[in-house]
Amino acid sequence: MKKLIPYWLVSPYILYFCVFVSFPVVFSVVLTFHSWNIISPMKFVGVDNYVRLFNDRLFWQAIYNTLRFLVIHIPLQLVVALTLAEFLNQKIRGQAFFRGAFFLPVIVSGVVVTILWQQLLGFNAGILNRALSALSFPKVAWLEEPAIAMYAIALMATWKNVGLYVILFLVGLQTVPVQYYEAADMEGATHWQKFRYITLPMINPTIFMVVVLSTIGGFSLFIEPYIMTEGGPLNSTLSAVMYIYKQAFQYYHMGYSATLGFFFALIILGVVAIQKRYVEREM
Amino acid sequence: MMKLLQYTLLILAALSFIYPFIWMISASLSSELGIGSLTLLPVDLTLRNYTTVFERIPLGHAFINSLLVALVTTGLVLILGAMVGYALARLRFRGRNLIFYLLIFTMTLPFQITLIPNYITMVKLGWVDTYFALIVPFVMNSLAVLLFRQAFAGLPQALIDAARIDGCGELRIIFQILLPNIIPTVLTVIILTFMGLWNEALWPLIVIRDESTMTMPQMVTLFSVGGRADAQLGVKLAAAVMLALPILIVYLFFQKHFIRSMASSGLKD
Repeated sequence: MKKLIPYWLVSPYILYFCVFVSFPVVFSVVLTFHSWNIISPMKFVGVDNYVRLFNDRLFWQAIYNTLRFLVIHIPLQLVVALTLAEFLNQKIRGQAFFRGAFFLPVIVSGVVVTILWQQLLGFNAGILNRALSALSFPKVAWLEEPAIAMYAIALMATWKNVGLYVILFLVGLQTVPVQYYEAADMEGATHWQKFRYITLPMINPTIFMVVVLSTIGGFSLFIEPYIMTEGGPLNSTLSAVMYIYKQAFQYYHMGYSATLGFFFALIILGVVAIQKRYVEREM
Repeated sequence: MMKLLQYTLLILAALSFIYPFIWMISASLSSELGIGSLTLLPVDLTLRNYTTVFERIPLGHAFINSLLVALVTTGLVLILGAMVGYALARLRFRGRNLIFYLLIFTMTLPFQITLIPNYITMVKLGWVDTYFALIVPFVMNSLAVLLFRQAFAGLPQALIDAARIDGCGELRIIFQILLPNIIPTVLTVIILTFMGLWNEALWPLIVIRDESTMTMPQMVTLFSVGGRADAQLGVKLAAAVMLALPILIVYLFFQKHFIRSMASSGLKD
């Protein structure tokens, strides 16, 4: 009887795992070979969904958009977060205030941030364009220009999340032994040299974590373009998750949507695995 | 010189994070014509935008829904997470490692893969448009289990032995003896879970169609995307402020705990 206690305690997890993890994974694979609108019975269609996926220009556009988002978002996030963390890690008055301020956008809903930025990025009334005008630069059509809209969203996402990464970097920076810097000071190293040859190599694990976390976060981009641009202009901000959502809940193509989700998840796992290998080799 | 540069940069950065929020609140209190200005104080102070939101959508009801869902789910995450975390940290049984690996697997699995099947599960269970759909899929949280496992593993065995001698059952050991000793972890789990649930918009958009069961982020999203805000900026901003305010207020009081819990969420191993 006593032997059963551990199993009794972990039973909620086992039940959860069966219903919400293993079943969906298996079922999503089954679903990729079917055509289904939820109401009528499932119809086996073989690899049709995959053939369709490879010929679906809109899906590839959505993947391309998501990658464009990541390409600007991740480096920007890294540089800004690391710079702020490095400056904050010195003897600075008002540490708690700065950390609290940087963290503010992290805690509020993406819905709030998006509605707010929709106004900040407005063409005529937006604060950013007013600032540009005041400095006598031309206004930018942040959300109306297909070539720019996704980058504007990446800028917003960086603003929203960077506080979290500042905190993670601060934790990482504190693990660097002070003796290293003291030794470097004796040798007469500059600020930049200390940063380049001591700090950067020492916080490699944190950099990797930040890259992975913002990759995974970036791949799940949905609510920001959904509210801000509804995927436009000209599908330039249609993200992969948004396209999966549309296929399922606007057109009720459950089988096809599951195929997209499955394929996209493989891409994510692949990208993260590559990042991991690359970083392990570097380290 | 270096110091001056440092402070200038940090202050500019801090302003760029704080100012938009202040602007949002004051713009939501301004008349539609006054919104264009960049001032810190509302222009033509008015509550019109807020009353308009309440006229157009049942936001009060959505607030209650959000609160209910977030509280109940957070409570269940605490209870179930502590049980599983305790078993993994403190009890020896066959399959313990297997369960640990399943947890890690669950955490690395992209949600895009489970999204559609989970929706179908909700349809088959008849849970669409019910609170069950909003609560049940979230009652188990792998990160919470791992955090509890780590915290329980750090406690002295004597604590558990003493309780056993006194005749405590396992549940009493977990919730009455051990949990009070790991309050920082409990706070971390509460903050992360509650915040995540309060802000979650995608899943409600999928499983809830009926206005009476909608949560706040979902309702504000639909309000903002759909035509009901009539492209009025002030009204949209008012809805956004009401969605942000509860979390912002809690944040002002528990800032330190928020930051610490998010830091530990990144450093999960």
